[in-house]
Amino acid sequence: MIRLNPKYIPLLATALVLLAVFVTGSLLYPNFGTPRVAVNLLNDSAFVGVAAVGESFVILSGGIDLSVGSMVAFVGILIAKLLQVGWDPFLAMGVALCVGTAAGAVMGGLIHFFELPPFLVTLAGLFCLRGLGFVIYPESIGIDHPFYGQVLPQLSILVAPKAVLPFTAMCFLSSVVVGTFVASFTRFGRNVYAVGSNENSARLMGLPVGRTKITTYALASFFSALGGIVATFYMQSGNPASFVGLELDAIAAVVIGGTLLTGGVGFIPGTLMGVLILGLIQQIIIFNGTLNSWWTRIVIGALLLVFIVLQKLISRGGDRETLVAAK
Amino acid sequence: MIDWVSDLLFWIVFGSILLFLRGRRIFWTVGALGMLLLFNQFFTPGFFHLQVLDGHLYGSRIDVLNQGAKVMLLSLGMVLVIATGGVDLSVGAVMAIAAAVSSRLLVTEHLPAGFAIAAALVVSILAGAWNGVLVAGFGIQPIVATLVLMVAGRGVAQLITEGQIINFLDPTMVYLGNGHLFALPFTLTLVLLMLGLAFFLVRRTAVGLFIESVGDNAEASRYSGINARQVKFLVYAFSGFCAGLAGLVACSNIKSADANNIGLYLELDAILAVVVGGTSLQGGRFYLVGALVGGLFIQTLTTTLYARNVSSDISPVPKALVIIAVCLLQSESFRTRLARVVRPSERVLQPIGSRPPQKPITMTSHDSTES
Repeated sequence: MIRLNPKYIPLLATALVLLAVFVTGSLLYPNFGTPRVAVNLLNDSAFVGVAAVGESFVILSGGIDLSVGSMVAFVGILIAKLLQVGWDPFLAMGVALCVGTAAGAVMGGLIHFFELPPFLVTLAGLFCLRGLGFVIYPESIGIDHPFYGQVLPQLSILVAPKAVLPFTAMCFLSSVVVGTFVASFTRFGRNVYAVGSNENSARLMGLPVGRTKITTYALASFFSALGGIVATFYMQSGNPASFVGLELDAIAAVVIGGTLLTGGVGFIPGTLMGVLILGLIQQIIIFNGTLNSWWTRIVIGALLLVFIVLQKLISRGGDRETLVAAK
Repeated sequence: MIDWVSDLLFWIVFGSILLFLRGRRIFWTVGALGMLLLFNQFFTPGFFHLQVLDGHLYGSRIDVLNQGAKVMLLSLGMVLVIATGGVDLSVGAVMAIAAAVSSRLLVTEHLPAGFAIAAALVVSILAGAWNGVLVAGFGIQPIVATLVLMVAGRGVAQLITEGQIINFLDPTMVYLGNGHLFALPFTLTLVLLMLGLAFFLVRRTAVGLFIESVGDNAEASRYSGINARQVKFLVYAFSGFCAGLAGLVACSNIKSADANNIGLYLELDAILAVVVGGTSLQGGRFYLVGALVGGLFIQTLTTTLYARNVSSDISPVPKALVIIAVCLLQSESFRTRLARVVRPSERVLQPIGSRPPQKPITMTSHDSTES
């Protein structure tokens, strides 16, 4: 008999929920299972997904990043403004990524050096970035650069008849791949898991706790900034007032993806599935047409609850096992 | 001329309060508030202007008291939750639910205002109790358990209002957020009543001691026979009740229930108020009055920014900087670093930098006698 490692149970549960949601949608609506819907799903949830990959790292390290939504909006308006004054799009994106990563490093530094609670510091980051976005330009700016209008639509792959994988979806999928690689196959990734499991043990083992924490927040902000760039591809505009509450979607996706909010346990591919579950629920509600959008929030909340209770039960089971082993 | 005299009187009273509080934890919070007011006294024209219209007082300082009522009410519940080592992220959503329930019963179902208010409060206590069950019953981390209601709560509120913004004109409901009592806004009375209730609960009964011991060391308090679950359940329910009241005040202020926007980001303001008030997020010791003054501080900051024509969109930036500054000043490692850098002025910084415990900490000394 195959004995499943308990740490894979949340991942398995996530996969089952994803399957269940998809099957439900396919049974209810005849066109739901087509490749075109799948591609749309990837396109619609691309920027949330990229940001959620970064959020996974922070949550794995035992912290939390609330500045995601503001960062996405800030990067959007920054790029839109820079393009409006005639910058090269790649230079603008590079600047946006650098600014974002630097902001994350500052937050990480405040958290590490002054032992401030992560959610307060990133909360300040949320306020700061949201306000700075309005300082750049207080209203929505449309992007009509030729790169956005002509080059981007060509950067897509025909995956199936009538289904074109857009560039945004490719960004999303490659972020997941890069994130998985960094988390599971690098020294930094193992340090993140170690710090998230038990910071004191990690320090006693001689791991560079401070460097890991600061890098984690910088990396998370890098992914959030990348999410902001993907969002400009998707929206073709930048708006400082947009994406309020995106951080909640990102956190929900990470938790539904099987990552423990206490840190130390979880997988980046789980986050991919979590994002897809959220996206599918939205698609079902759109397909239905009579259900109102607030049902999305309620269903997401209910799913969150189920997963949190599940995690609790599993970790309790784990405790019991170690207790038995100790005896 | 009259303004000048009343300002002087205000500062004499404020100064003597500050003098009276010196050496206590709350001194720093009140002092920060004083600095902000002093800045306004000199640089924001009209901030200190008071006038009497129809027997009611009007002015920026009264506005602060009136608008700050929501945050102050929330922070009363929040401070107890934080004292047990938890945090309640759902208060904003609970505010929206309370507003939705009351205005739905009032407008759509044509029920009397008293009944609508009572029902809204009962629902918000139930919402708080739900959090309490998750935290105390299932043992889920507070930040996660309350996140569920934070995400779903606004959806529930919209379900109740059916996605509409419900307007009402019922005099009782409108009075709650806009009425005046003794020439001052009624909301102030409400806050003081709630402060009285909270004070009675935690300082006149053993509950306060239980809350602090659970927050300090849950395990040790369990061994000494305290029912930690019961205590946690109680504080979350109380926080729900406070959020419900704040929600009623918020919807009464604008005479309508907007499930999308009522209480948005107010949970953050409430947490900040508690932190500025001197309560550590680690749990343990808590300062009820400190949390209220912290709420006033945050509202004064917001009102100052409005009065100085800072756009409401940009105002989060200075707010964030102030939050970081206050948190840094409270951070032990920042103080020691600062003390190391500014060695020449060590004598001045010593009271902040390394305040030695002058006497053994006694559990019974709370707001009144601090080191």
